[in-house]
Amino acid sequence: MSGNIQLLNDTLAQARAEGRSALIAYVPAGFPTVDGGIEAVKAVLESGADVVEVGLPHSDPVFDGPVIQTADDIALRGGLKIADVMRTVREAHAATGKPILVMTYWNPVDRYGVERFAVELAEAGGAGCILPDLPVQESATWREHAEKQGLATVFVVAPSNKDERLKEITAAGSGFVYAASLMGVTGTRASVGEAAAALVQRTRAATELPVCVGIGVSNGEQAAEVAGFADGVIVGSAFVKALLDAPDEAAGLAAIRTLTAELAKGVRGNV
Amino acid sequence: MSSEFFIPDPEGQVPSAEGYFGAFGGKFIPEALVAAVDEVAVEYEKAKADPAFVAEFEDRLVNYSGRPSALTEVPRFAEHAGGGRIFLKREDLNHTGSHKINNVLGQALLTKRMGKPRVIAETGAGQHGVATATACALFGLECTVYMGEIDTERQALNVARMRMLGAEVIPVKSGSRTLKDAINEAFRDWVANVDRTHYIFGTAAGPHPFPAMVRDFHRVIGVEARRQILERAGRLPDAAIACVGGGSNALGLFHGFLPDSGVRLIGCEAAGHGVESGEHAASLSAGEPGILHGSRSYLLQDEEGQITEPYSISAGLDYPGIGPEHAYLRDIGRAEYRAVTDDAAMQAFRLLSRTEGIIPAIESAHALAGALEVGRELGKDSLLVVNLSGRGDKDMDTAARYFELYDAAEGESK
Ligand SMILES: Cc1ncc(COP(=O)(O)O)c(C=O)c1O
Repeated sequence: MSGNIQLLNDTLAQARAEGRSALIAYVPAGFPTVDGGIEAVKAVLESGADVVEVGLPHSDPVFDGPVIQTADDIALRGGLKIADVMRTVREAHAATGKPILVMTYWNPVDRYGVERFAVELAEAGGAGCILPDLPVQESATWREHAEKQGLATVFVVAPSNKDERLKEITAAGSGFVYAASLMGVTGTRASVGEAAAALVQRTRAATELPVCVGIGVSNGEQAAEVAGFADGVIVGSAFVKALLDAPDEAAGLAAIRTLTAELAKGVRGNV
Repeated sequence: MSSEFFIPDPEGQVPSAEGYFGAFGGKFIPEALVAAVDEVAVEYEKAKADPAFVAEFEDRLVNYSGRPSALTEVPRFAEHAGGGRIFLKREDLNHTGSHKINNVLGQALLTKRMGKPRVIAETGAGQHGVATATACALFGLECTVYMGEIDTERQALNVARMRMLGAEVIPVKSGSRTLKDAINEAFRDWVANVDRTHYIFGTAAGPHPFPAMVRDFHRVIGVEARRQILERAGRLPDAAIACVGGGSNALGLFHGFLPDSGVRLIGCEAAGHGVESGEHAASLSAGEPGILHGSRSYLLQDEEGQITEPYSISAGLDYPGIGPEHAYLRDIGRAEYRAVTDDAAMQAFRLLSRTEGIIPAIESAHALAGALEVGRELGKDSLLVVNLSGRGDKDMDTAARYFELYDAAEGESK
């Protein structure tokens, strides 16, 4: 067992011990380039993110909004390969010592080979995987290999999940639970909504795992609000948008450092 | 009619409770959609056991859509196919001009049953979109149709029809801007609006229960065709032939003959510029197993699981996947699949127009091209049933360009 699930668990426990939420950032690999993506992951980890989810782009990101789709398109047109995603994880983890997960759709993993993917991710120092279109009842093979390699399997739960289903999902998961704040695809939202707090409460009743909230959060104020009820705050599209909007790579990195710092304050309740 | 369209398969077990046809199918969807998809499955099971639902479905098929559709013998066309007999199942004569209305009427009634006021749909050729817009007008449902930008151009007539019927048509600009991207966008809409929206999926693919449900609503095609061919020809055909995009019209036809082991079931995929050219949509002939749009089946994909862009002159077949039951039927050796190029389909398109006065949809022309091949292979004693899944009005612009009809000075075209 070489994967970094323990590091992920410890990191989230540490945040909890500090009486705050963890900040989890989503950064796509290969965007705008492989090296640029690695710099972006390092930048957010150095400026206050506790955990990063590295996105492995997919040609058909059915559950992502236009911002992440755009980044995925750019990365794939640039010729991104799974080996580049593994390198992103390896170099960013080596440079920062922080936990890094991969978030992607099921087909790339299935096609690459479930065992091969798990082994390579663990070797790269990865901490786990989030596979939003792999439902728990189809996940046995993945979980077997993930467990063997010391990788977390983070499941997504949604406001529409009944309590019974929440129990079933969280019982199969490890690392943390990704609670989708609302019904919808990824993207920034003006407000995160009350559905999130209610879902976190129901999820807590089902599991001891930390419950982290994603989808819609884009600024320090929202991060503080979510930190009021969740163990972690997940931010994705806001980082991608900051990179997309920047005139060049250096400006993009500066923008995401600033955003990370603001969000890191937010999860500590300072806005 | 009776409720014969919902009789379970003779084998009785496909799909399994989890939606598997052998190794294919399943339900690969995010949690946000699990409750909605499960609701569809539960409601569909109840509906098909409810005589009132079945009666209303059948009433609409007869009195609104005009079923049963004719079975037309095409002897002048068959002369070019080895001289045997060919009968066309005339789904082009249904209201709205294709088989798509069968499934749409079933799912629209299900939408009403679930109490949802809004419907979304994807469309490639526009036939499923037109059928959905039609049913929404009929039942007073809000309707939004997603359509790849390229398809809105090559099927402009159908865009106008949908808008005339009161539907909102949203051109999709992402990815290959064709059918697969329209499905992606429809799923995104569904995740966000699932409380009040049903997704009327247009082919026998997607997450369970869609592959089985869509097939069942089209089973009427095969049930009628079997009865009609026995009446007309006095025997079962040697083969039942249909085009396959996602696979709904083909499964509808095939299921009428599934227990008749002497009837070959032949699906015709789009080979575009030729399978070896790399520009095609032949998922079974040239794809590999994988997951797209909620189920496991054959896909056009690269070695890292990224979906590759399909190509076909026919918008309705221009899709990188195929319904899971087709993958299963091929695996168990019950059905066989061929790839038909753009050129072969267009030759068959013109041939049927000129020999029989029937202009087919370009999708259906792929089945006709398959029938020309199979007929020549089997010779003059052969008897074929071909599903004419739709009519060609929507394709006149594409055909006019292909045959240079706009430039033809007088009389003969190319
Ligand atoms: C006339 C016609 N035939 C066939 C198809 C292909 O769909 P399927 O394979 O589901 O029958 C379409 C799809 O748009 C169509 O319009």
